[in-house]
Amino acid sequence: MTTDRRPLLLMTPALLWLTALMVIPCALILVLAFFRRGIYGGIEYTWTLENLALVFDPLYFRIFLKSAGIAGLSAAIACVLGYAAAYAIAAMPRRRQPTLLFFAVLPFWSNYLVRTYAWIVLLNREGLIVNIARWLGYNGELPSMLYTEQTVIVGLVYNYLPFVILACYAPLSRMNPEVTEASRDLGASAWTTFRRITLPMTVPGIATGFVFVFVLSIGNFVTPALLGGGQFQMIGNLVYAQFLTANDWPFGAALSMVLILVMLGLLMAQAVVAERASNGKGQSDG
Amino acid sequence: MADRNTFRLMLLILGLVFAFLYIPISVLVGLSFNEGGLPTAWTGFSVKWYGSLLEDADILKAAGNTLIVAVSSTILATILGTLLAVGVEIRRRNGKWLETIIFAPMIIPDIVLAIALLSMFSLLNIKMGLHTITVSHVVFNLAFVCAVVRARLKSFDWSIVEASADLGASTMITLYRVVIPVLMPAIVAGGLLAFTLSVDEFIIAFFTAGAGRSSITLPMQIFAMIRFGVTPEINALATIVISVSVVALALSQRLNKGGLPGQ
Repeated sequence: MTTDRRPLLLMTPALLWLTALMVIPCALILVLAFFRRGIYGGIEYTWTLENLALVFDPLYFRIFLKSAGIAGLSAAIACVLGYAAAYAIAAMPRRRQPTLLFFAVLPFWSNYLVRTYAWIVLLNREGLIVNIARWLGYNGELPSMLYTEQTVIVGLVYNYLPFVILACYAPLSRMNPEVTEASRDLGASAWTTFRRITLPMTVPGIATGFVFVFVLSIGNFVTPALLGGGQFQMIGNLVYAQFLTANDWPFGAALSMVLILVMLGLLMAQAVVAERASNGKGQSDG
Repeated sequence: MADRNTFRLMLLILGLVFAFLYIPISVLVGLSFNEGGLPTAWTGFSVKWYGSLLEDADILKAAGNTLIVAVSSTILATILGTLLAVGVEIRRRNGKWLETIIFAPMIIPDIVLAIALLSMFSLLNIKMGLHTITVSHVVFNLAFVCAVVRARLKSFDWSIVEASADLGASTMITLYRVVIPVLMPAIVAGGLLAFTLSVDEFIIAFFTAGAGRSSITLPMQIFAMIRFGVTPEINALATIVISVSVVALALSQRLNKGGLPGQ
């Protein structure tokens, strides 16, 4: 049963579906990026590199860099918090760990819009935080907590933290406790043990978490739209505008193409990190 | 002594992270039951905001649309995803490109898939509506179903398939009477996961719904309401949406013991 064609037959419907509704549309985007925009917003079928050049125009490239900065910072914060949480879960008694992990990941599976909206409820001018400040006797003007870059970062970290916890917990829970005990017995401090043993062995989890949060943040459109206010623009919002308001599809396609390339590059980097870590395991005792 | 302090530190970290994760949602849920509807003062427990949802024709219509999309895309994705998982696991030695295509729908940014689908549908002059949202949702849903079923297949005892073949059953009979029944808990768990993903999905639905309000889904309705501002009705609606996800996920987890979705 392993050499015949029947498994292929089972896979065919799904693979056709993915080809027709993922591979071909994405390929279409890549082609679209090289066409000219028509005068009235349509597509003119002549080849051009103008759209791609426009992505690197300072006006737009600035937005790209800002998005990358926000995504990078969100991913870094999420990794620190997520790793700490995963480490803490792995330090709890074994039988409690699945439950803790379940509740850490649960918010991730509830509606993204609702989770983002929860921060508006918390931070708006009549929100809970302002009310607590008033109740504590503060009557002055509070700085705006909503519609800032920081709020967008908080929203992204909040939404993607559960995934980082999950990604970091996997290698942490697989670690053999005898390895760290041996390190301690040989006289290494807890900090040295963590830095020289635990951290290097769990780097793949952190890399997975970082890449995931970065990729989903840089192309994010909901969080900047809701928590960043009307004027705040990230790449996702720019793409959205090209397709739904500015009607410049080739430029929107070019922006998406760069997004896809960034994503592929990061995924490859992550694969390299994972490979190095698994190769390093056999040699680390040298 | 040092160990005890470390343990306390770990408990503190867990407490802070869980507070960060759950306080915003809890405030939202709490306020949905506040009679006055405002965060300024607790005026008493009430479900009147839930009642006012039932009188809102737009919300009911959106909820109906969401249910149609979620149920049909879940059924399609469960069938396709399960067959894919079985095929992939029988074959075992799969090329990198195949694994990438199966994995891609879970990692590809929603906005990219959304505009890609929008471009294709418009260039092919396909009229968009609930049907285009449904077929688009199947793309990522089938990947998640496939992942859950594959995880179960890793511990699958293939000798029962051989036994079934030795006893004269055809491949289809073996699949239908041996493989599928054993996999059922994982299939249902994957299906429930797909259902919540579809109920909650906003961006792809937003781009592939077409013009007009006729095929608006619940997340699209929520997005429009949020842009207007904070209202007690949104709090109530949000609470319902969260509850649906939590119930479906808890069921999925119960059925699929030993593996968290996404693990």
